[in-house]
Amino acid sequence: MALINPRNPLELTSGEAPSVTTRPLGVFGRPKAPTGWRNWLFTVDHKKIGIMYGVASLVFFAIGGSEALLIRAQLARPGQKLLSADLYNQVFTMHGVTMIFLVVMPMGAAFANYLLPLQIGARDVAFPRLNAFSFWCWLGGAIFFNTSWLLGGGADGGWFNYAPNNGIQFSPSHGIDFYTLGLLITGIASLVSSVNLIVTVINLRAPGMSWFKLPVLTWMMLVTQFLLLFALPVITVALFLLMFDRLFGSAFFSAAFGGDPLLWQHLFWIFGHPDVYIMVLPAFGIVSEVIPTFSRKPIFGYPFMVFSGIAIGFMGWGVWAHHMFASGIGPMSVTVFSLSTMFIAVPTGVKILNWLATMWGGRLKFTVAMNFSISLVAMFTIGGLSGVSHAFAPADTQQTDTYYIVAHFHYVLFGGAILGFMSGFYFWWPKVFGYKLSEKLGQWNFWLMLIGFNLTFGPMHILGLQGMSRRIFTYSANQGFSLWNMVATIGAFTLAVSLMVFFVNMVISHRKYKKNPVDCGPDPWDARSLEWSIPCPTPEHNFDVVPVITELDDFWHRKYGHDEDGRLVRIAETVDVAQKGDAQNVHLPSPSYWPLVLASGMPFVAYGLIFTLWWALLGGVLMIAGIFGWIMEPSTDPEIDHGHGGDHDGGDHDGGDHGIDGPVVSAAGLESAGVSPEEEPAHV
Amino acid sequence: MSDTVLAAVTTAPQDMSHGGHPPTNTGISNEKLGMWVFLGSECLMFGGLISTYLLYKNRPGAIQMRDALTTARVGSKVRISDLFDIKFTSVSSFILLASSLTMVFAVTSASRKDLSKTRLWLGTTATLGALFVGGQVYEFTTFVKEGLGFTSNVSTSAFYAMTGFHGVHVTVGILILLSTMALTFRPKPPTGEQVEIVGLYWHFVDVVWIVIFTVIYLIK
Repeated sequence: MALINPRNPLELTSGEAPSVTTRPLGVFGRPKAPTGWRNWLFTVDHKKIGIMYGVASLVFFAIGGSEALLIRAQLARPGQKLLSADLYNQVFTMHGVTMIFLVVMPMGAAFANYLLPLQIGARDVAFPRLNAFSFWCWLGGAIFFNTSWLLGGGADGGWFNYAPNNGIQFSPSHGIDFYTLGLLITGIASLVSSVNLIVTVINLRAPGMSWFKLPVLTWMMLVTQFLLLFALPVITVALFLLMFDRLFGSAFFSAAFGGDPLLWQHLFWIFGHPDVYIMVLPAFGIVSEVIPTFSRKPIFGYPFMVFSGIAIGFMGWGVWAHHMFASGIGPMSVTVFSLSTMFIAVPTGVKILNWLATMWGGRLKFTVAMNFSISLVAMFTIGGLSGVSHAFAPADTQQTDTYYIVAHFHYVLFGGAILGFMSGFYFWWPKVFGYKLSEKLGQWNFWLMLIGFNLTFGPMHILGLQGMSRRIFTYSANQGFSLWNMVATIGAFTLAVSLMVFFVNMVISHRKYKKNPVDCGPDPWDARSLEWSIPCPTPEHNFDVVPVITELDDFWHRKYGHDEDGRLVRIAETVDVAQKGDAQNVHLPSPSYWPLVLASGMPFVAYGLIFTLWWALLGGVLMIAGIFGWIMEPSTDPEIDHGHGGDHDGGDHDGGDHGIDGPVVSAAGLESAGVSPEEEPAHV
Repeated sequence: MSDTVLAAVTTAPQDMSHGGHPPTNTGISNEKLGMWVFLGSECLMFGGLISTYLLYKNRPGAIQMRDALTTARVGSKVRISDLFDIKFTSVSSFILLASSLTMVFAVTSASRKDLSKTRLWLGTTATLGALFVGGQVYEFTTFVKEGLGFTSNVSTSAFYAMTGFHGVHVTVGILILLSTMALTFRPKPPTGEQVEIVGLYWHFVDVVWIVIFTVIYLIK
């Protein structure tokens, strides 16, 4: 079956070209630049916001990577004097916080923003302006956090910033204030973004796309957003209390004054452990798209894939104290958290098995994206196994705060998240920019990265078991750490080279495309999910016509069927089933100044809290102006008559006995329902 | 496939043709669902603050703390629970709970498009909320006069942090109510559903207060 009538894109009643909607409101008009930097600054388009997240996170990747190189250079040989102990503390803290909050999490947000609406067949996210706000708010917080380098030094308490080291007594510089306030701001951004994306997936799926027809990537992103939603408020509390301690003289975390340092650890890890899954689940989703595509098989055990993701999401809340085995939380707690930690390996193992089973018997194509995905499966397995070894409390008390831990979490975060994102970059690059990255350079990128990664973090297992502590700025020659440290440093620089190759690849592929623009078509990989049914690069309005979904991997099944022997046969050419992207007069949300105004106030408030309250006043004024400007400005152009009915009476969504995998709404059903394409209770 | 079907399935997210909001999978508007989701997150935030209070409320007040600006020890040995005036707070709690009722009236009036009554009830709700915040300010001032400030000891810090965050939420709620009231004077006044979403937030803040009141005054 073909998409509904692709040749006659529907003229929507509200038709008006999106880029010229202007409407003076008070003294301000709407931003109207169709191109150029102003268009990016005031855009509410989820695709542009996704690209900006991607670019910004790559910039911070370079910054955090440079900090990593400084660490490795310092540790390359015993007794190095490149960094002082104090500076070393700052560098590893800034490296950790940058990589987690400013690289991996926003990189996930980049893919979520760009791909979620496309995968569910929507024109944008539920709240486009809030989406823009999330990005600018996050960027403001990220820049604020990094300006600490220029304003008295970075945070120096490690990324988990334990009490009492995070108190003024032990860290008198402003570094940790930048940490608290910066993370509060980026936290607000992530919270807003999670609300936005959750509502998007629950409410804006294309007709027929019931829960169990959602692509695995969308599922994993959804679980991630729920984790963010419930984890962020907890760290927000922790950061507020720490801020009160440092700026207003309370003593929540100071044992000397009756506070309890363990409270910080609990609050932090109740956020911190779900955060691990927040970072890695998007990458799991990416791999679950890439592997089926290049194996030319559907994902093995789709429901298991989904439920294991949900299970990880739930169980992720019950394992936080395994970070605290060495802090004396008592044998009962240790036992419980030990067991729950062993259990959470099960759904993760299910995922690994399913990826392998997807590849089993498939016609594998080792593109760069596929290589990165396969390497994720392998590397994450190593990281997962060393993770299970932490679940054994007696072993963990030996490993705590050694390089074994450092090795473990780099295997899951670099080997899990980053390798997955690299796979995603190569896979969706044509969708975003209209041309493929060079496969040849990509293979160099891949192999250098895989080798560099293992050279860097593999030896850390050995160093950790030999007893090398993390967060110590140097070691002496007679400790026996010299060889593997040197190997790790060589590996780190190999990683840096591979990233350089990645950046060079972007430039060269772009130039090549500019010189000789070859259209790669809508579906260069012969892929499965909905985003490939629209042109590359994605048109501004996404879908000419919102597709009606009848099965999982709907787009694939429009291209392929099976013959009597069950063999795959092509039933339609891609060009015939893909949309043309030439719809006119599609009404899109209008660009707006206010998200940027509101977001820009926040860093000023934060500077004000640290230095002088006058700045906070300025920030407050900006934020209030932003909020009220936002309220006064309709989210869509006010000239358009939306034809209100009465108030929503809610009577048409009683839903009856729809199961979680409800029946496909037929065309007739749609017509009789009249308005709402698919009525299903939200199973969340 | 007929044109009606096309119209149904291709409606852009912003096209309002479905009972005041665009068609959604759940039948609930994005805005309302968004508020529910956000309030889910808020639960965890208050959960963290309440846990902190429960952890610290019985800490001996004997340990003294430093002043915010000087290093002098200014802490108090008095526990904050020694100063609670349950009668006064019961009255102000009752006022806050009553505001939930007036909020319901405001939503009903707004959905009936009765603008003047909407304004009346929104204003009443905001006033009751302001009375509650006023009571909280009075209570805080009394405590401070008795010598128990934010930094006196960890139990006071935890108390002020928890109730303070709630107070800020009520204050933000009042500002939202007043803004909504002001918006009713515009040519396109807030719809019943928009007022209802404000109401969701307001009821949530009230419910949280019930929990906090129980934790502070009723659990020994």
